[in-house]
Amino acid sequence: MIWQVIRAALAVIVLALPARAEVPIVSVTSPGGITAWLVESHDIPFTALEIRFRGGASLDTPGKRGAINLMTALIEEGAGDMDAQGFAAARDALAASYSFRTYDDVLAISAKFLSENRDDAVDLLHLALTQTRFDTDAIERVRGQVFANIRADAQDPQTIATRTLDRLAFGDHPYATALDGTMDSVAALTRDDLIAARARVMVRDRLVVSAVGDITPEDLGALLDRLLGDLPQTGAEEPGDAPFLLEGGVTVVPYDTPQSEIIFGQKGLKQDDPDFFAAYVLNEILGGGRFTSRLMTEVREKRGLTYGIGTYLVALDHAELVMGGAATQNARAAETIAVIREQWGRIAAEGVSADELDAAKTYLTGSYPLRFDGNGPIANILVGMQLQGYPIDYAKTRNARIEEVTGDDIARVAKRLLAPDALHFVVVGQPEGL
Amino acid sequence: MRVFRVLALASIAFASAATAETVTSFDLENGMQVVVIEDHRAPVVVHMVWYRVGSADEGPGVSGVAHFLEHLMFKGTDTVAPGEFSATVEANGGDDNAFTSWDYTAYFQRIAADRLDLVMRMEADRMRGLKLSEEDVVTERAVVLEERNKRTENDPGALFGEQRRAAQYLNLRYGTPVIGWKHEIEALNRDDALAFYKTFYAPNNAILIVAGDVTPDAVRTLAETHYGPIAPTVDLPERLRPTEPPQLSERRLSYADPRVAQPTVIRTYLAPERDAGNQSEAAALTVLAELLGGSPTTSVLARKLQFESQIAVYSGVFYDGVSLDATTLAMAVVPVPGVSPEEAEAALDGALAGFLKDGVDAEEFQRIKTQISAAEIYARDVVRGLAQSYGEALTSGLTIADVQAWPDALRAVTPDDVMAAARKVLDRKNAVTGFLTRPDAASAPAGETTIPEGGDETAGNAEAAE
Repeated sequence: MIWQVIRAALAVIVLALPARAEVPIVSVTSPGGITAWLVESHDIPFTALEIRFRGGASLDTPGKRGAINLMTALIEEGAGDMDAQGFAAARDALAASYSFRTYDDVLAISAKFLSENRDDAVDLLHLALTQTRFDTDAIERVRGQVFANIRADAQDPQTIATRTLDRLAFGDHPYATALDGTMDSVAALTRDDLIAARARVMVRDRLVVSAVGDITPEDLGALLDRLLGDLPQTGAEEPGDAPFLLEGGVTVVPYDTPQSEIIFGQKGLKQDDPDFFAAYVLNEILGGGRFTSRLMTEVREKRGLTYGIGTYLVALDHAELVMGGAATQNARAAETIAVIREQWGRIAAEGVSADELDAAKTYLTGSYPLRFDGNGPIANILVGMQLQGYPIDYAKTRNARIEEVTGDDIARVAKRLLAPDALHFVVVGQPEGL
Repeated sequence: MRVFRVLALASIAFASAATAETVTSFDLENGMQVVVIEDHRAPVVVHMVWYRVGSADEGPGVSGVAHFLEHLMFKGTDTVAPGEFSATVEANGGDDNAFTSWDYTAYFQRIAADRLDLVMRMEADRMRGLKLSEEDVVTERAVVLEERNKRTENDPGALFGEQRRAAQYLNLRYGTPVIGWKHEIEALNRDDALAFYKTFYAPNNAILIVAGDVTPDAVRTLAETHYGPIAPTVDLPERLRPTEPPQLSERRLSYADPRVAQPTVIRTYLAPERDAGNQSEAAALTVLAELLGGSPTTSVLARKLQFESQIAVYSGVFYDGVSLDATTLAMAVVPVPGVSPEEAEAALDGALAGFLKDGVDAEEFQRIKTQISAAEIYARDVVRGLAQSYGEALTSGLTIADVQAWPDALRAVTPDDVMAAARKVLDRKNAVTGFLTRPDAASAPAGETTIPEGGDETAGNAEAAE
C-alpha cells in the first residue's frame, strides 16, 4: 500500500500540473434578498442565466402526476396580453432564448440574452414566469405533445428499461413513475391543477440562480429583483426519501427488436457521504467517461459486445443508485450480463491497481478545468454546485478532494458499495439465454 | 479582491467583442491546411484533423469502410500500442474521439492547452503509421455492428431514413448510409481498411484545426515539427463525384414497423448546396427553411398545421447547405391521432401552396434577420462549435473566405430571393415523400414533440451537474 502512495506522488511530478479552474465566482445578493453566483465575463455581449427551483417534478400532488411537467411546458405558451404566438414573436424579436425543463429534483430555466436589450428580455421572461395565461387552446395543444411523448417513450427500448428499473426500485415514491405522468393522469389535469402546480414549485425559497457573462454585480442584483422578486415565498413540502426495493436479479421486458437494451443498478450512496469522492473515482475506473474504463475494456474492446457501456453514481435528493447501461445483440445479452457481473465482483473483491488509480485521478483532475469553457457551461456548473450544497470556493478545492483518494479508500468503498449479487438487470429486447 | 479585478475588465468589453473570434490560416509545405481559432478565455485547446474523405468517397461493395477505418485508427502504431492513444489523452485529463460523415472523417482531442504538443505528435504519428492486427479488426467490426444495431436496426425512424436517402439520390453516394449496409459491414476486412487508409490519409488531404488558448505562431511551430515531415501523397485521387441527374419524377415510399410510436410524413426536395464563391441561393434556402419551419410557434407550418388546422402535433423544416454535392430541403409532419398520413401530406401541400401565393411575412422575416445576427454573438461562446463549422465547410468544398462571408450572405437575403428559391425547389417532381407508419396505421398513436426530455440532471450525478 505504501507503494501505491509513492506511485501516486510520482505521477503528479511526472505529468505537468493540470490547468486550474480559475474563474472568479462571486456571490451577489440583490437588494430584495435573492442570491446568485456570478462570473463576470465581458468578452461577448450576452449573459447566460440559469434558474432552478428545487423539488422539480417530485412536488407533484399525489394523483396529479405530470402537472408540474405540463405547467412548465406552458410557461412560454402565452403570458400577459400575448398569446403563444405573440410571446414567441416578442422573444424572437429580441433574439433572446429561454428554455423550461422539468427533472426529478428541479424545475430548470435557462435564458440567454444580448446586452443590447437585456432589460426587455428580462421583462418578457418575468411576464412568462408570473403572468402565464394557461389558455385553454394552449393547454390542449401542449397536452397533445405530452401524450405524444408518453407514447414515444412507451416504444423506446432504453426508456422502457429505465422506467422498469425505477418502478422496481422506488415503491410509491414519485421517482417510481415518469414525470410526464400517464395518459390518464395527464388527461385529467385541469387549468386549476396547473396553477396549483406552479404555486407548489415556483417560489422564492426553492430558488437557485447563477449568471455568467456581460453583467456587473450591481446590474445582476437589480435583475434578480425585477425577474424573481414578486414570486411567492413558500410552496409545497418535498416528499420524503424513497424506499429502495431493488433486489439482485434479471427482469426481461420482451420487445421485438434486434438489440437488447440493458440497464443495471443497485443501491448507491448519498452525495454527502464521506466516501462519495472515493466512490466517484471508483466509478470512473469501473465504467466512467473514458475508453479505458474496465467495462469499456472488457465488454467493448476485448469482446466487441457493445458500442458503449457506462456506469454512473446517481445521487438524487431522495434516493441513491449506482447505475449503468449497455446495448448488445440479443444473442449475446446473457454473455454481456455475465461479464458486467464478473467485473462488478472483481473490483469489489480486489480493488484497483495503483496505475488505474493514477490514470483516473489525472483524468478527473485534468479534465475538470476544461469544463469551464464558455458562459453557458460555467453558468450550469455554478447552479449545479449550489444545488449540491458545495461552498463557493469548491472549484478550487475539488481537485484536491480527488487527489486525496487512496488505493485503500477505493478498496474499502468498493467492498462497501459494489455487490454483484445485489445488481439488478433490466433487459428490453429478445435476449437469449436469460 | 476578486470582485475588483473582474470589475476592471468591464471597461474593455466592447473593445474585445469585435476581436473575440480570431482566425488565422496557413498551409504547410506538404499541403496540409492549418486553421487557428483563438479564444483565450479558458486554458483549453481543441485539436482536430479533418480528412477530405468520407463515406461518399468509398468504392462499390465496401460501404462503411470510411467509418470502420475511423474506429481502427485507435488500434495503434509502431510507437503507440492499441488503445494507448485514448489512454494517453485521458491520463492527461483530455477527451478524444472521431466521427465520419459522407464528406469528411475527423479526429479530435480536447485537452489542457499545454498538452497540444502531445496530442499533435500522436495524431501525426497515426496519419501514416497505423498497424492493425487481424484480431483487433475482427473485434472492432463487431463493435461497429453493435453501433449499427444501436443507431439504426433498433430505430425504425433511422431505418426509414436509410430508405428515403436511397430513394433521394440516384447517382450520388449520399444514398448509402455512412455506417454502411449491414451485409457489407459484415464483410469488411483489414485489407479494405488499409487500402482506404493508404489512398486517402495524407497531409495534402488533411486540414488541421486548433481552437482555443493558443497563438498561430505556436501552432505553426508545432505543426511544422509534427506534421511537416510527413511527405504528401503525390497521386492523391482527385475528388471526382458523380452528379445527380435532374429529377423528373416524384418518388414516394412508405415504411411500416410495429415499433413506430407515431406516423410521420417526411418530404425531401433535392436542393443546391453552398458552393465556393457562390452562396447566395443557399443563403436564401436557409432563410426559407427558417420561415417555413424554424420556429415551433410562428413559422408557416407551425401556424397552419399546429395552430390553425391543428392537424399536427409537430412540424419542422430543415436545410443544411454545407455539403460537397447536392443536398435537400426537408420537412417533417407528425399528425395528431386520427389524422392519416395522406391528410397530413395534403395539409402540408396546402400550407406550402399558401406560402407560394402569399409570400413572405415581413415581421417573421425581420425576426429571423435579428436572430441571424444574434447567432453570431452566441456562437462565439462555443469555440468547439466554431472549429466544427470550419472543419465541415473546408471538407465540403468551401474556403475560409466563404465561411466568413456566410453571415453577410444571410443578411443580404431579400424576400424576393426567398420566393425565387422556394419556387425553384418546392416542386413535387423534385421530391421524395415518405410515410413512416405502424402496420395498423389506423390505430397508430402520435408522438414526437418539442418538449425536451429529462436528461443529465435526472441522473443526479454530482460531478456531471457541477
